[in-house]
Amino acid sequence: MSDLLVIDRVDVFYGDLQVLHQVSLTLKQGEVLCLLGRNGAGKSTLLKTIMGLVPARAGSIQLGGTELTTMPAHEVPRAGVALVPQGRRLFAEMTVAENIEIGLMARGKGRATREAVLDLFPLLRERLKQSSGTLSGGEQQMLDMARALCVEPDVLLLDEPTEGLMPSMIAKIRDTVVELRRRGVSTILVEQRVDAVLSVADRAAFLENGRNRETVDIDTLRADPAAIRRYVGVG
Amino acid sequence: MSFGPHLLLATLEGLVTAAVLALTALGLSLVFGVMRVVNVAHGEFFMLGAVLAWAFSTLVTGHPALGFLLALVLSPLVVGLVALVAERLVLRRLNYNPESTIVATIGLLYIIQQSVLTFYGPEARPVVAPFSYRIMLPWFGYSGYKLFVIAASIALIAATWLVLTRTRIGLVMRATQYDRETAQSFGIPVDRVYAGVFALGAMLAAVAAVLIVPIQQAHYLMGLDPLLLSFIVVIIGGLGSLRGTVVAALLIGVSDGVISVFFSPTLAKMLATFLVAMVLVFRPQGLFGTTAR
Repeated sequence: MSDLLVIDRVDVFYGDLQVLHQVSLTLKQGEVLCLLGRNGAGKSTLLKTIMGLVPARAGSIQLGGTELTTMPAHEVPRAGVALVPQGRRLFAEMTVAENIEIGLMARGKGRATREAVLDLFPLLRERLKQSSGTLSGGEQQMLDMARALCVEPDVLLLDEPTEGLMPSMIAKIRDTVVELRRRGVSTILVEQRVDAVLSVADRAAFLENGRNRETVDIDTLRADPAAIRRYVGVG
Repeated sequence: MSFGPHLLLATLEGLVTAAVLALTALGLSLVFGVMRVVNVAHGEFFMLGAVLAWAFSTLVTGHPALGFLLALVLSPLVVGLVALVAERLVLRRLNYNPESTIVATIGLLYIIQQSVLTFYGPEARPVVAPFSYRIMLPWFGYSGYKLFVIAASIALIAATWLVLTRTRIGLVMRATQYDRETAQSFGIPVDRVYAGVFALGAMLAAVAAVLIVPIQQAHYLMGLDPLLLSFIVVIIGGLGSLRGTVVAALLIGVSDGVISVFFSPTLAKMLATFLVAMVLVFRPQGLFGTTAR
């Protein structure tokens, strides 16, 4: 299968500080790629760079042959990329329905998409008029994912979606990622929980100090988790 | 006049002040709330609105209402256009940096003020009210136009509220206000939202000026008072909060009217300033304000 997303030798700076050095990755359609690395390795920065929220100073990021690095940030979701950012950055003062509406507006989606997404997260259907800031942590994470799925993305970027959640919610998110893969959505997952990675990912890529280290098949990683110990320090 | 009618008159005068102040402050509050830009030139957009109202009203002969209506439509549009140009040429180039934009809008203040002084002159000039009907109450007669100013301000504030809470444009503006980065990652063109909000803020100030200019007269230095009072209102109400702006404008406007009549205008200003100090000490985000990412 051909690569849907191609990240090629990307350099990113915060001011004078270089945080990504010649990072290259590929993502196939329907693939779940997990990004692993210690805090500060550049995982979240890479996701923001794909979204155009942080500019790449060198290199290219192509989605289906379309260059993303030259696009204004607000056009990246229209190209088919959606981000679930770290720390549940909902519009907390807005209702659940309004947050979902923002997601639908990104690519002009309508009622059918809304209903399909609410079918994935039926709990949200009961909370549509509730202010999203008053939801529980797990419900907020569901809404964050639902809002991103309203974009109907070809590529979904998940930045630590299970952070601080109870096991039942983690299982729900894992099931959702598996379901999305079945539907052909490609996912880049930044995750600290090794068990979650091993259960859903197809491949894992390791970042260290803003540099690519290894990219391995998940079966290889299961058989020999040495890379996890080396770059993440657990396992 | 006995105490009751005296209080009613003072309250009505206070409501006129509050209505115009709420409109002006709403513009300032929207600009800060959405863009995080402290627009020091906001009062000059108010002044420009009043001066243009005079200019447009003198273009039309016949019934004063014709000139006033023309001013009410065209003056905010021209001021909005000026704001749009300023946003493109100045604020956007500064990447909306809070500190830089304060200095830039101070510069804008002087450019607008001195341009008006050059081309309009130092005279205060009146605009004739569109009608001069007086409502006769049992105790005194009161200007029908002033009641119209109150009603028109309420209608405009209600319209702004409807746009913000019931339309897609409002949803986009609120999303940008709450979290610019997340808004961008959902396809919202933040730069265009900023341009629109800056123009809208200036247009609200201009509308307020057109409404008040038949009562006050247009003058090139008339922007200072609305600017200071708007800052007082948005600090008390909470920057970016429509509800807070309206409540604080009512508080400041009505108390200003009542205290000015029964005691002195100086005492009214002292109390307003004291209230700002108390809010800044005990509730820096304002009575209805929220913090943004």
